[in-house]
Amino acid sequence: MHRPRLPLPRGPLSEELLDALPVGTDFRATLAAAPSATGDDAALALWVLHELHYRGFAGVDDALEWEPTLVRVRTLLERDLETRLRARCTPPEGRPFVADVLGWIDDQEGVSLARHVHHDADRDQVLDLLRARSLYHLKESDPVSWLVPRLGVPAKAALMELQYDEYGDGDPNRLHHHLFALGMAACGLEPAYDAHVDVAPAEALEQNNALTLFGLHRRLRGAALGHLAAFEATSSLPSRRMVHGLERLGFPDELVAYYAEHVEADAIHEQLAVRTICGALLAEEPELEGDLWFGAFTCLDLEDRFARAMLQRWGVEERAA
Amino acid sequence: MSYDHPDVILCPGGPMLLRGRHTVEDADGVPHETTRPVTAVCRCSRSASYPWCDDTHKVLPPKLRPA
Repeated sequence: MHRPRLPLPRGPLSEELLDALPVGTDFRATLAAAPSATGDDAALALWVLHELHYRGFAGVDDALEWEPTLVRVRTLLERDLETRLRARCTPPEGRPFVADVLGWIDDQEGVSLARHVHHDADRDQVLDLLRARSLYHLKESDPVSWLVPRLGVPAKAALMELQYDEYGDGDPNRLHHHLFALGMAACGLEPAYDAHVDVAPAEALEQNNALTLFGLHRRLRGAALGHLAAFEATSSLPSRRMVHGLERLGFPDELVAYYAEHVEADAIHEQLAVRTICGALLAEEPELEGDLWFGAFTCLDLEDRFARAMLQRWGVEERAA
Repeated sequence: MSYDHPDVILCPGGPMLLRGRHTVEDADGVPHETTRPVTAVCRCSRSASYPWCDDTHKVLPPKLRPA
């Protein structure tokens, strides 16, 4: 299996961490740098620490996944991230999640990268977007799989019904993150999620960090499933726009196929996520409704921040969805 | 304890979820095989992927959406 490479540092903390990981013995300087880390530096450090739980890195001991000092660093960075995410969150008050979340999402007016790709993007902008998206799309659904043992019987069965489809219904050739890898390769992009970390904006790292934070912490299972619902509910129509934009620019069929698959799959998955999965969770754990909204809000908010960051670096004026 | 696990779920304003392997015949008599554990069948009749749902119902005015 491919072993990811370590990325380039983005500040004092990530520099300490990336120097210390290959040696693997002393993380005191990394811990000392953690409390004052911010922005790109903190986001990259947390992303690297999270990756120890997914695929690890070439030249880094797998045992460091649970090294106590690194877990402490991870915890500090995660607390800071969760505090910021909760401070931003202004969900609607008093609205039932299952009945109202899809309508609430439709009413939000975030910046739409899919709309830009549909009508206006050039080839280089799309390639830049694919590189940044690859951090998530090449491990699509994996953060959600951590939830499975933490759910009651009906929510667990419902989540597996959705995840089974995400993972190709038993056929590796239909597994979604493999479809994205095929699409990248057909475009001449290296289909490995370590390959493009250095060019991904902090906003992309933060999207991934939030997903992993929600996935790794059992107490945040409500936020993870709320995020899943909002993610699926903002995929089908934008994926159709991606298909049109990619066809307009003459991108390969393999990449178009990835987005075409999501037009159909996510029209199903959004209904499953809201009705059968979140519905089953709330039936057993109604106290998690606030965290469902927190997760859904965070999904839309982080995508909006990512979209603005990408448009800004392309010098494109923002347009609402 | 047993749980509800219907074969069909009608989503308010949206598609019909259909569990299991089925053949769905469209308005022109053309059969379409389901390929997933759950399929969303279009109820607004305006899907570009008909008979499957493609979320087109979301861009319709409320009165044109399925009940």
